[in-house]
Amino acid sequence: MTDRPLTGRMREDGAALDLRAYERAGGYAALRDALRRLAPAEVQKRVKDSGLRGRGGAGFPTGQKWSFVPMGADAPHPKYLVVNADEMEPGTFKDRLLMERDPHQLVEGVILSAYAIEADVAYIFLRWAYKLSEARLARAIAEAYDAGYLGRQILGSGYSLELRLHISGGRYMAGEETGLINALEGRRANPRSKPPYPAVVGLWGRPTVVNNVETICNVPHVIGRGAEAYRKLSATGEGGTKLYGASGRVKRPGLWELPLGTTIREILEEHAGGMRDGVRFRGLLPGGASTDFLVDEHLDAPMDFESLQKHGSRMGTGTMIVLDDRTCPVGMIRNLEEFFAQESCGWCTPCWAGLHWVADILRDFEEGRGEMADLDTLAAHARLLAPGNTYCALAPGAAEPLQSGLRHFRDDFERHVREHRCPWR
Amino acid sequence: MLSDEERHEIEAELTRYPTRRAASIDAMRIVQRHRGWVSDEALRDLAPLIQMTVDELDGVASFYNMIFRRAVGRHVILVCNSVSCWMLGAGRLLDAAAAAAGAPQGGTSADRRFTLLPIVCLGACDHAPVLMVDGDLHHDVDPADAASLLARYE
Repeated sequence: MTDRPLTGRMREDGAALDLRAYERAGGYAALRDALRRLAPAEVQKRVKDSGLRGRGGAGFPTGQKWSFVPMGADAPHPKYLVVNADEMEPGTFKDRLLMERDPHQLVEGVILSAYAIEADVAYIFLRWAYKLSEARLARAIAEAYDAGYLGRQILGSGYSLELRLHISGGRYMAGEETGLINALEGRRANPRSKPPYPAVVGLWGRPTVVNNVETICNVPHVIGRGAEAYRKLSATGEGGTKLYGASGRVKRPGLWELPLGTTIREILEEHAGGMRDGVRFRGLLPGGASTDFLVDEHLDAPMDFESLQKHGSRMGTGTMIVLDDRTCPVGMIRNLEEFFAQESCGWCTPCWAGLHWVADILRDFEEGRGEMADLDTLAAHARLLAPGNTYCALAPGAAEPLQSGLRHFRDDFERHVREHRCPWR
Repeated sequence: MLSDEERHEIEAELTRYPTRRAASIDAMRIVQRHRGWVSDEALRDLAPLIQMTVDELDGVASFYNMIFRRAVGRHVILVCNSVSCWMLGAGRLLDAAAAAAGAPQGGTSADRRFTLLPIVCLGACDHAPVLMVDGDLHHDVDPADAASLLARYE
């Protein structure tokens, strides 16, 4: 039996754990213990030692992110903790499960994480589409206030925290760290230049940490079990479990909490049940729309941050999108690039100009107007969209399926040119 | 004119942030919840309340996918067209929804009953294809069932 700290106590019937049920299952024990016995620096150290890395896509070490926040008597206040619950990466649906089924786990994680950086106010920045998450989180937050887990002098300690729920106006950019901060301030979700990093100058100019839902949900388990035990949950030493998912033409699309570093093949074949009858596997995006395609030869790679990077991709959100042989790879990439073009905020030229150009060329291929030279233009755009040319990671993310798609599905592109049509239509 | 109810709800949001403009998106969402969309007149009424100019506020409104700056029908149908749903037939679902609703993509039916909008990923990719009507998520939707599904929304 796999140890599943994040999902193991969820109810079979799909209802949320309420406060009593969460407490009976051991919930809020880590918070009680931390407020009584651990200084904020010790909470930070435990998280750093656990190896916990951000689950929102970038995989930045969580403890290290926290360590940039100014601490102690001279630190500027109020300080903020923001939970990125925007989950707008196409193909990603993992945070929804955590919020719908165990909202108190997130609330406890918020309080512990906020305590670690001595934050005064926390916001959960939630996707507008997650109506059930909204209702269940609102209820959990109200229950936590009533029980003294939030508000003034939490559980009789000297620590106080306000937690507020904000519903997003809806835009992919609002899930980008600095875009999110602008959105919370009531602005367009354009990115901000870094440095200064949000940990020093963030929301309303104050020190701010932005962490993903799944990241925060791990924190009570890191504190409760200790760094060493938490690290051992993973298959490859990177620390913890991961909510993996699969969508596309697989037999059982879904989500599974597994040791971090489980192989792609095990997720795809054992948990997702393999491909549906009559279709063949062509490739997959391992962690949402903005990750590089992986193909057959990569299936035995462990799904963790370092391994996938070695194979030229990224774990991203860990929810894989599977491409089958009944789907045109050029069409799939066109769909992805249209998404990025539409959601580009217009701040940086390689992104707002380049992505529409890319989408136009890909439509040409599908409609039989593509030429061999267009492949070079697409490759040139992929280079222009790469890191370093834009303020945020939207453009580099858009480049990933494009550059890897050109490499792995070159024959399919060329066939569109030779046959002056999309062979799948 | 903002109704007393709208004003009351917006005042409550204003207490949750240190600046008034931070509540701009919430304020527009509140107006939209009451009226279906955010008109020019509504922007003019909201702007002084949250201490922004009308143009600044419109700049925010027009940035976000879920702030409607044009009138919508009684029911808003959002059909996900992002990658997982696209692979599993979002195109056919959009066509079926358009035919059943009598509304073109991005438009409203003549009887103002339905507005049909393609939308980015709704976060239910394991149940593709999906669509949302007035906030109700419908998953694993067969395009053939679009008409009977929409019949529930008078």
